[in-house]
Amino acid sequence: MATITLKGITKRFPGVVANDDVDFEATAGEVHALLGENGAGKSTLSHIMSGLYRPDEGEIRLDGVPQVFHSPRDAIDAGVCMVHQHFRLVDRFTVAENLILGDRRGVGRKFQLDPGAVVEQVRMLGERYRLPVDPRARIWQLSVGERQRVEVLKALYEEAKVLILDEPTAVLTPDEANTLFETLREIVAEGRTVIFISHKLNEVKAVSDRVTVMRAGKVVATVPTAEATPQSLASLMVGRELDVTKRRRSAAPEGDAVLEVQDVWAPSYRATTSLKGAEFTVNGGEIVAIAGVAGNGQRELAEAIAGLRPRTKGTVRIGGRAIRNGDPRHAYRAGLGYVPEDRLGTGVAPNLSLSMNVELKSHRHGTIGPFLRMSRMRERAEAAIRTYEVKAPGPHAEAATLSGGNIQKIVLAREFAGNLKALIAASPTRGLDVSAVDTVQRHIAEAADRGVAVLLISEDLDEILALADRVLVMYEGRLTPVDRRDDVDRIGVLMAGGA
Amino acid sequence: MNNSLLVVLIASGIAYGTPLLYGALGELLAERSGVLNLGVEGMMLVGAVMGFWAEQRVHAGAVLSLIVAVLCAAFAGMVMSAIHAFLVITLRASQIVSGLALTIFAGAAGLSSYLGSDLNLADVPAHHAFHAVFPSSLQNWPIVGPIVFGQNPLVYASWVLVAAIAYYLTRTRPGLNVRSVGEAPGAADAMGINVVKYRYLHVLAGGALAGVAGATFTLAITPQWVSGITGGAGWIAIALVIFAFWRPELCLVGAYFFGALQALAPELQARNISLGPTELWTNAIPYIATVIVLVLVSWRGARRRLGAPAALGVPYVREEA
Repeated sequence: MATITLKGITKRFPGVVANDDVDFEATAGEVHALLGENGAGKSTLSHIMSGLYRPDEGEIRLDGVPQVFHSPRDAIDAGVCMVHQHFRLVDRFTVAENLILGDRRGVGRKFQLDPGAVVEQVRMLGERYRLPVDPRARIWQLSVGERQRVEVLKALYEEAKVLILDEPTAVLTPDEANTLFETLREIVAEGRTVIFISHKLNEVKAVSDRVTVMRAGKVVATVPTAEATPQSLASLMVGRELDVTKRRRSAAPEGDAVLEVQDVWAPSYRATTSLKGAEFTVNGGEIVAIAGVAGNGQRELAEAIAGLRPRTKGTVRIGGRAIRNGDPRHAYRAGLGYVPEDRLGTGVAPNLSLSMNVELKSHRHGTIGPFLRMSRMRERAEAAIRTYEVKAPGPHAEAATLSGGNIQKIVLAREFAGNLKALIAASPTRGLDVSAVDTVQRHIAEAADRGVAVLLISEDLDEILALADRVLVMYEGRLTPVDRRDDVDRIGVLMAGGA
Repeated sequence: MNNSLLVVLIASGIAYGTPLLYGALGELLAERSGVLNLGVEGMMLVGAVMGFWAEQRVHAGAVLSLIVAVLCAAFAGMVMSAIHAFLVITLRASQIVSGLALTIFAGAAGLSSYLGSDLNLADVPAHHAFHAVFPSSLQNWPIVGPIVFGQNPLVYASWVLVAAIAYYLTRTRPGLNVRSVGEAPGAADAMGINVVKYRYLHVLAGGALAGVAGATFTLAITPQWVSGITGGAGWIAIALVIFAFWRPELCLVGAYFFGALQALAPELQARNISLGPTELWTNAIPYIATVIVLVLVSWRGARRRLGAPAALGVPYVREEA
């Protein structure tokens, strides 16, 4: 018996058809993966199922009964709950209060509030589904993984029949992800349905019973997971054969130390993310990866090196030259390129054209006195668009109108221009689709081949395995080197704070 | 003993602090729903003038005409806050700009003065006013007499209100909903809580309380009407909400503290004690408070640490196409 069925769903946004005549079905008792690149329409589809969007055409059925959801609330009442990437929790409330907030059947309906009444229930649910959380803890006190558990608990407390998870592992360590998969198996064992949205092939293989692959707003195929291989899924996703086998570089060439970081300390607004004595060297031609769950001081590290965040202690050298504290321009002149994690906010000026953005760091070059040389800027932007395969209407397009992958390519074009000796790439492929990931990773690898010292900060283990020559793991502001760069178990343990 | 400086200061601090308390409680309700209303001063002034007008025009017994006057003041404040609510909740205008505009529009040089002189309320004695209700034998008790039994009914009503709001916010379902709307409107909306409705209701309730705060001046403290009668009390009320960490019971303490400061200057003068230019610095408090308020509400770090509602000042836009 099918639990949730979508028939002929079409959803249009200005300029795009996000979902084009989509048929989808997830049956009771299965984990159904929804796989696709960014922009393939899987988020739109999940928002339609969870009541956030209304479809322009088509219908949703639950156990055969047609449903019209005017709001997420309607969907929840019908038994469809969604765990968003950005959690829908009230940070200052306790876990129990957050559950009561959504409760329209039990304790929550009473005028008088009694958080104590749900405490026991939370504990029982937590034990049954291996989702241990202290019901009296406030959300802001919890780790990201724990917050996700609260979201799942909330759905179970609402007695969800269909649970949709949007890229749930993006914020988890490998261990946490495995625990989540076990929980999901238990949930479906009771005859519920789990819809698991992801663009990571390995996860889809690990957790799901069936996979529906979406591309460009349409469903390409629904296949039993057991019959699919990562390669076959990837080609369905991208629409062409793609090399997903790991790119193994031969041992890094012996270069000189280019980027030297010595005992660097930098403050942050939270003690756990402040940088505590970072120390490492990156040789020319080498890619050193910083692994770790986001929010453990990676951003502080990148900013401290790039001169954006004042260091309280320690030195940074690029090509032997000590970089002045808090002076990004000095770092840039010494040959540092910086691809920031927040590409739209820090990487580009969103409302300026591509040619302006490519030129941003040139400072005095390319100008005649205070005047810009527009024709040369246009040529350079056109060259960048060609070289980096940027999909853009032209050099005059505003950066903000481009997709994430294309913005990232423009950032690369700018940072790679000029005298690049060392590069910091912070989560350079986060949120990008498979083909953009491929382009960005290729350019980073090529930079290293040219002799650039690359510091790759990433949460994506696959990316690290594919690119890095050496790996350090960051946890609560401290770095621990990993002896063997492909020792995934060791990296996972360190990422979770183990010794 | 009842004439000792401390007892007099506490007793009159409570009296002078009562409009601050009403204003702060109203602002607290609005802010807990995520709406900053800097128009408190303006709403208080309109409440003050309309309350006094009703008291002048209703020809009835003291009790009835005073009740009507307070209700009229509350209604007037509510109408003023409805302008703010429409601008910032429905049209999503800047809350700071809209609130300041409201105070300028309704304030001492604006609507409230116009209404006051147009309705011929200046230099008119009040027919009725709020007075102490307990018999003088009780009021003469040592210490507690003037402090507890020497107050007018508006003071006692404010005590009930503090308890009611504290209970409402922490112990009831709608209170939890308001807090969620002020902290995380997106989450609240997804849970089926009507963000717009909750914000409107609490801004309007806040406006009504600001109106009552104004009426406290014209019906109890002075009791008559002069232009700009609140003298910046609205600004102190807004500052109080911050100093009270958005908690009603601390608003009460803060309001009485500021009330006592205001009572200090005349009291010292009457006793021929000089502490320097007391008048100067008590008069400067509203302006200092204003500056502090604006700095604190625009400084993110301070807001987080003080426990401001996370979505305070942020218009809510549902993520939808």
